[in-house]
Amino acid sequence: MAPSTGAQPRALIVTDLRGSSARRRREAAVRTVFLAAAGTSVVISLLIIVSLAGEAFNFLTRVDPALLWERGWFPRRDLYGVPTIVAGTLTIAGIAMLVATPLGLGSAIYLSEYASPRVRRTLKPALEILAGIPSVVLGYFALTVISPTLVDRVCPGITDVFTMAAAGIGVGILITPLIASVAEDAMTAVPRSLREASYGLGARRRHTSIRVVVPAAVSGIVASLILGLSRGIGETMVVAIAAGGLGGSLFSINPCGPGQTMTAAMTALATGSDQVAGASLAFPSLFFVGLLLFAMTLGLNLLADRFVRRVRSGY
Amino acid sequence: MARGGGAAEMTTTELVRRSLAGGGVNLRSLAFEGVLTVALLVALGILAWLLAVIVIGGLPVFFERGTDFLTSDLSANPDRAGVAQGIVGSLMLMGFVVIVSFPLGIGAAIYLEEYARDTWGTRLINTIVRNLAGVPSIVYGLLGLAVFVVALREWTGPGNAQGQSLVSGGLTMAILVLPIVIITAAEALRAVPASIREAGFGVGATRWEVVRSHVVPYAAPGILTGTILAVARAFGETAPLIMVGAVVGGLSTSYEGVIETIQGRYTALPTTVYDWARKPADFAANTYAAIIVLLVVLLAVNALAIFLRNRLERRW
Repeated sequence: MAPSTGAQPRALIVTDLRGSSARRRREAAVRTVFLAAAGTSVVISLLIIVSLAGEAFNFLTRVDPALLWERGWFPRRDLYGVPTIVAGTLTIAGIAMLVATPLGLGSAIYLSEYASPRVRRTLKPALEILAGIPSVVLGYFALTVISPTLVDRVCPGITDVFTMAAAGIGVGILITPLIASVAEDAMTAVPRSLREASYGLGARRRHTSIRVVVPAAVSGIVASLILGLSRGIGETMVVAIAAGGLGGSLFSINPCGPGQTMTAAMTALATGSDQVAGASLAFPSLFFVGLLLFAMTLGLNLLADRFVRRVRSGY
Repeated sequence: MARGGGAAEMTTTELVRRSLAGGGVNLRSLAFEGVLTVALLVALGILAWLLAVIVIGGLPVFFERGTDFLTSDLSANPDRAGVAQGIVGSLMLMGFVVIVSFPLGIGAAIYLEEYARDTWGTRLINTIVRNLAGVPSIVYGLLGLAVFVVALREWTGPGNAQGQSLVSGGLTMAILVLPIVIITAAEALRAVPASIREAGFGVGATRWEVVRSHVVPYAAPGILTGTILAVARAFGETAPLIMVGAVVGGLSTSYEGVIETIQGRYTALPTTVYDWARKPADFAANTYAAIIVLLVVLLAVNALAIFLRNRLERRW
């Protein structure tokens, strides 16, 4: 205690430490402003669900349920075969995963386990550039380059430039950097001591990578694949440009032929604006497909989230 | 036997090193590393291939027409069509992104990182934000279509745009990048060590004072980088703009006032690329040239972000 000089000092009470009431009021006001900003994101997600669900409900009450199971998606003829566009979506996402899984995981293991710091510093930004290429650009690349050079060789005797294979490869290129970056993050998070223990037992780098690092990071690797799949299902422009099937599509899972995905069906409906504006079911059907897409990707993202959290709790 | 024969001529050190290293080069290990390298090189090779195709396809347009391509409006004639309207439209859309999503996103991040206690409500908001970032962009387009184009038509475009106006597109894009802005800003704020805040509280500053004059200045480079990358992401987005009715095809603009402009029809650079990509082959060179413009802008923005990150970021 400092020695008291002159008048007896008043005991310090809580009010003295609180500061002026104006300062406290301002503090509360600022807090409210930030809370409102955070609340906006909740409002937006509610808006998404309400706007999708409202029109989707409208669609489901007006459409003949039997038509939903028809094989073929031709909104202009009021034929809404949902299995057609779901099958198209899964076909293209499947091809994309076939392309992106080896490329993405291979790149991730190389960057995390083999590359020297210098190589890493140069190659990682290059992958980030690939991640930043807009999907509309990759769509055009898939249509004008991948389709004539790669797909034509694999598919015997095709005449159509629009193929699900070209679109699938395009989507695969698009999600490769995503898979690589999430998987690499997971592997880099594996503690050094595990690797050193493995080397100490005389294991090679290959065995350390495959038997120690990959199993330790498996949750993150699975998450990277799920996220890639989710992104592939939601990808729009590559498919809209390269897969064909603009007016509609028959049920098809043939990679060498054209096809229609949920996302491409939506852009096709929106660009044929006369159809959307009309009184037909095309406009509400857009939202039904959107809701389905939203549900699929949300489910996958939540699943990936659980895997990612398992990584975090691991070490 | 060959090994034993060699061993006789080797020094002991060499022998020990050999046996510890597992007997020289192992073919399988070499093959494994080779496969990994090939995976990475294929991914990067595709990037190089893509860029080469685009440059070879698009550069002749710039040689022939010079800046005329950049200053011409859309046209059905490939020799006269240009990207001027697309560039202007994209820049105005980015204006909306900056004005709407930056304050909202950074504000939300400050709330979540600095103010919110760890309650179920906070965790819910965090989960929602993370999942919003993973929603396919076309779904945001549907949101814009339902809310801005249809429900708010009276405000967003009562005239001939029928709600398919610049303001609808801009707000849709702003909502699309909002979760990305929140996540990156929150990460930047989290990287500021607690000791900085405690120093502020220790001298009697309120939370807002600590945030304003300590936390945000230190987090600013990270926030800036993240938000710039969010703008870059929005610049290349096409699908949501198609849903909310960005013009694909011809566009005649002769708007005068600010209100008329933002309530009027618009187009954007990626939508122009999409439109031309579906046209017959005589538009191919134009498509590649428009892609060059798009990529140059994107790379410039990304380079700016990387430059700022390297220049301003501090490690604790």
